[in-house]
Amino acid sequence: MGGRPDGVDTRGGATYEWAVELLLPAPGRRRQCRQILPGGPASASGNVAMWLRDPVIGTARSFRPNIWDLALLPPAFALIALLAWAGTQMHVPYDIGAPIPLSLDPSHLPEYLLRSALRMLVALLLSLAFTLSYAPLAAKVPALGRVMIPFLDILQSIPILGFLSITVTGFIALFPGNLLGVECAAIFAVFTSQAWNMAFSLYASLRTVPSDLREAAAMFHLSGWSRFWRLELPFAAPNLIWNMMMSVSGGWFFVVASEAISVSGQTIMLPGIGSYIALAIQQRDMVAIGWAILAVFIAILIYDQLFFRPLVAWAEKFKSDPGDEAPNSWVLTLMQRARLARAVAATCSALWGWLTDRLRRPWQRPSGLARRYRWPRMPSWGRALWNTGLMIGLLVAVPAFGALIQTEIGIAEVGRVLIYGCATALRVVVLILLASLVWVPIGVWIGLRPKLTQQVQPVAQFLAAFPANLLFPVVVVLIVTFDLNVDVWTSPLMVLGTQWYILFNVIAGASSLPSDLRDAAGNLGVRGLLRWRRFILPGIFPAYLTGAITASGGSWNASIVAEMVSWGKTTLVATGLGAYIAQATAAGDFPRVALGIAVMCLFVMLFNRFVWRRLYDVAAERLNAG
Amino acid sequence: MPVENVPLAEVPMLHLAGVRKGFRTPDGSERTVLEGVDFRLAEGEIVSLLGRSGSGKSTLLRIMAGLVRPDGGELFYRGAPIRGPVRGISMVFQSFALFPWLTVQGNVELGLEALGMRRAEREQKAAAAIEMIGLDGFEGAYPKELSGGMRQRVGFARALVMDPDVLLMDEAFSALDVLTAETLRSDLLELWEEKRIATRGILVVSHNIEEAVVMADRVLVFSSDPGRVRAEIPVGLEHPRDPDAPAFRQIVDEVYGLMTTSARAVGGAVEPLGIGYRLPDTPSSRMVELLETVADRPFEGRADLPALAEETELSDDALFHLFEGLKVLGFARIAAGDFFLTRAGFALVEAEPAQRKRIFAEHLLRSIPLAAHIRRVLDERRDHRAPEDRFLQELQDYLTADESQRVLETIIGWGRYAEIFDYDYNSGMLMIPEEEEPQPLADGPPAEAHG
Repeated sequence: MGGRPDGVDTRGGATYEWAVELLLPAPGRRRQCRQILPGGPASASGNVAMWLRDPVIGTARSFRPNIWDLALLPPAFALIALLAWAGTQMHVPYDIGAPIPLSLDPSHLPEYLLRSALRMLVALLLSLAFTLSYAPLAAKVPALGRVMIPFLDILQSIPILGFLSITVTGFIALFPGNLLGVECAAIFAVFTSQAWNMAFSLYASLRTVPSDLREAAAMFHLSGWSRFWRLELPFAAPNLIWNMMMSVSGGWFFVVASEAISVSGQTIMLPGIGSYIALAIQQRDMVAIGWAILAVFIAILIYDQLFFRPLVAWAEKFKSDPGDEAPNSWVLTLMQRARLARAVAATCSALWGWLTDRLRRPWQRPSGLARRYRWPRMPSWGRALWNTGLMIGLLVAVPAFGALIQTEIGIAEVGRVLIYGCATALRVVVLILLASLVWVPIGVWIGLRPKLTQQVQPVAQFLAAFPANLLFPVVVVLIVTFDLNVDVWTSPLMVLGTQWYILFNVIAGASSLPSDLRDAAGNLGVRGLLRWRRFILPGIFPAYLTGAITASGGSWNASIVAEMVSWGKTTLVATGLGAYIAQATAAGDFPRVALGIAVMCLFVMLFNRFVWRRLYDVAAERLNAG
Repeated sequence: MPVENVPLAEVPMLHLAGVRKGFRTPDGSERTVLEGVDFRLAEGEIVSLLGRSGSGKSTLLRIMAGLVRPDGGELFYRGAPIRGPVRGISMVFQSFALFPWLTVQGNVELGLEALGMRRAEREQKAAAAIEMIGLDGFEGAYPKELSGGMRQRVGFARALVMDPDVLLMDEAFSALDVLTAETLRSDLLELWEEKRIATRGILVVSHNIEEAVVMADRVLVFSSDPGRVRAEIPVGLEHPRDPDAPAFRQIVDEVYGLMTTSARAVGGAVEPLGIGYRLPDTPSSRMVELLETVADRPFEGRADLPALAEETELSDDALFHLFEGLKVLGFARIAAGDFFLTRAGFALVEAEPAQRKRIFAEHLLRSIPLAAHIRRVLDERRDHRAPEDRFLQELQDYLTADESQRVLETIIGWGRYAEIFDYDYNSGMLMIPEEEEPQPLADGPPAEAHG
């Protein structure tokens, strides 16, 4: 990798890219982060603020339960019981081709919802484990980092549903005669939508730990192990948690898309909200789709209140400077007030301290003067060898891939796929532009009105988390009814879910325009078009860019489900790369799936390098005062 | 190597011999930051290390702390070679370096925890240190809730709780306001004088002359390019010291004098500057303002350095850069602890704005090879434009990447003021100003003169 540790070039486009948040200059980023929180910057009352400052993990003097515990206990037990039950349902015998009984009865929806949510939770834990092992390795061993980070970049550019197409048969083969294989494939798809940007976030944080803190840790003889837990991970926590939460928001889309998998001419439906939708589409049941939309709406609301907001509010404690408005969460407040909850937290904290302490001992070098401080360095011959190895690997891999394409598919089709790619690229560009034309003025109008911002921002955030594929049937019905052009009218599906990223980032950008600049512009009589050109547009550009990059990456991903849609027996196929991949997957034609995914990957990376990276440089260089 | 059977008291607490540190330029060659540094810290001593920013004194401190490995030379802590952070050496940081997610108590306890001390014991030790440094009542507060002065108190408590033998202070007071810094400094000196802390030796790195003289038994003046100890001034005054006492003022004057005579001039013959000369970090407008101040009453062209420091309210470091800038441009000189305007300096102050720029340009092109070089390159090119990277690369043969950038920014500022070249931020191109017409004999163009 080049000399940029923050690695603008390391971002891919296919996932919801919250890594970009990290790349914005710190003050702007902080402001933005706070404002795109769901619920917006809530004004904490003095009392609540005091409790927020109180660490969750603290020593509770009295462990006698109080009234807050009573409020907290039933939902906590219920949650544990539900998760345990849903877990046992995953492990059931299953043979390919055998239909899994599914019902469109709304009374089954809570169960389906729970199973979808459990898949997301497992994927999130896996992503966290992946992040905690991949990022530190890449950050601390330069020789590995040189390979691991570009590799992560490529992984990030691969469309998530592409992973699903490739891995599903492998997973089924891994657990013959058991539903667990299909479960794993779905979980893996959600994992791929979450893991990469979390790993990037941690990597970027590990590379930017302030040198004075690093030195202080060294002066106090912290071993490498305790340095990671005591310094590096806490430093990375706010950004990591933020990325985690955004990943999960994006994950709803993929859990819906991955539960009903068409592979090798077979459709496998896992019990879950995604399959419910797929079944409703097959049976043309508009009422069931309405129920599903309502159910997901409630699920996201619960998840946001119980999980997202408490975590983000809690992560505030790891930031070095006090925020203007600390995010607020009633659940966190509840937990911090409840004595029993605090006692549990204190026990966990003690256990944690004991664990990191014990675990540290064996590795700790004997203290004393002769102890060597480690300067990571590799002998020059080692580096040369490593680099040569990489070069040889590349020289072998590229012709091998070329030969595979030649024998399996033929060069002519490669050309055709490239043209499909151009068609999809055109759709992405046009739709992002259209969405910007609509949402930038609206976002600015909202962002300049603080009260309205507080009300609209959580809605926009919510819409971004809402899986847009639930709404596809509605659009398809319209296209079929009015006999519209498929190539044109399926395109809006691609931005249906991702346009909200533009909206809420623009709102955040506009609401953080410095008020002194606003006053100065007003004082100088800058009005109308001039005001937009000289003040508002340059001011919101970095925030807009974050939104547009995310929206564009999401749209590429969505193209796989948006360019081929169906309603009952009717299937609409648009000309494009997404449709090509979807068709190849349905037919079980793996060389073509691989080709389609490679080409999409290529397009996304070219876009990043030649469009977004340049715009980003402009934003970073010129639009930030000092 | 020190001999093992020397009595303990005669072994210095810290001993550095011929320490060298270099950095690698992008093209792979080595540039020296520290060269042949010898240093001793004896038991019971406070030593100040004074030098300009960028002279390598912070690097030297980090070498002593075991955080940076030297490229050559030997270093010992109580006779044993230093190969990494040493148990008996603690450090206080300019930026406090507190862990934001730990409370005051947690920050103070961290080092004890790393030693594997039991909870009860470390709570007790931390409480004692917190009380000693005057932080009681703030144990549960997070650093972000504290003022700068209180944060640095945590920094001190965290260092002192380790019962350090040697305390290293890296500009520990420079991020604080004057009043807070003074209070904290005298609190620390009191603890030291009353032997309430286990520390037996303190090294203070600073660029504030008065601070150095207030605290230290010896002041070491550090020179730059490459960094080495240039002079040593013993301070034989009793604590607490009165900064207004004549004996104190005399030492301060002496240090000012030493700090402003460049190492170059000490040898006698003045070495000509090269392209890689590290321009002082000072804007041209400030240089002109200082000339105006000194030309005016009460100074009338000659000023005592400490008096000037008080008048301008600039930090010592900023002043030294300012002095050096004026000196190399030939507008002022320094002798016997005083600052004088040269004839050219007076001429500049008395001139009309346009004429001023012409005088400044003339001196700039004559005295600073880098300015002359840039102008020559621009003159030679047909379109009179050149990318900044070209000059940046040339500078990197002599300076670090960051320093090169800083020097180029400084010369662009000076060149813009002198109107000998211009710079476009967006394209990163240097160019000859468009409106310029070469007419050195004409009177100043009126349009610009009052702009």
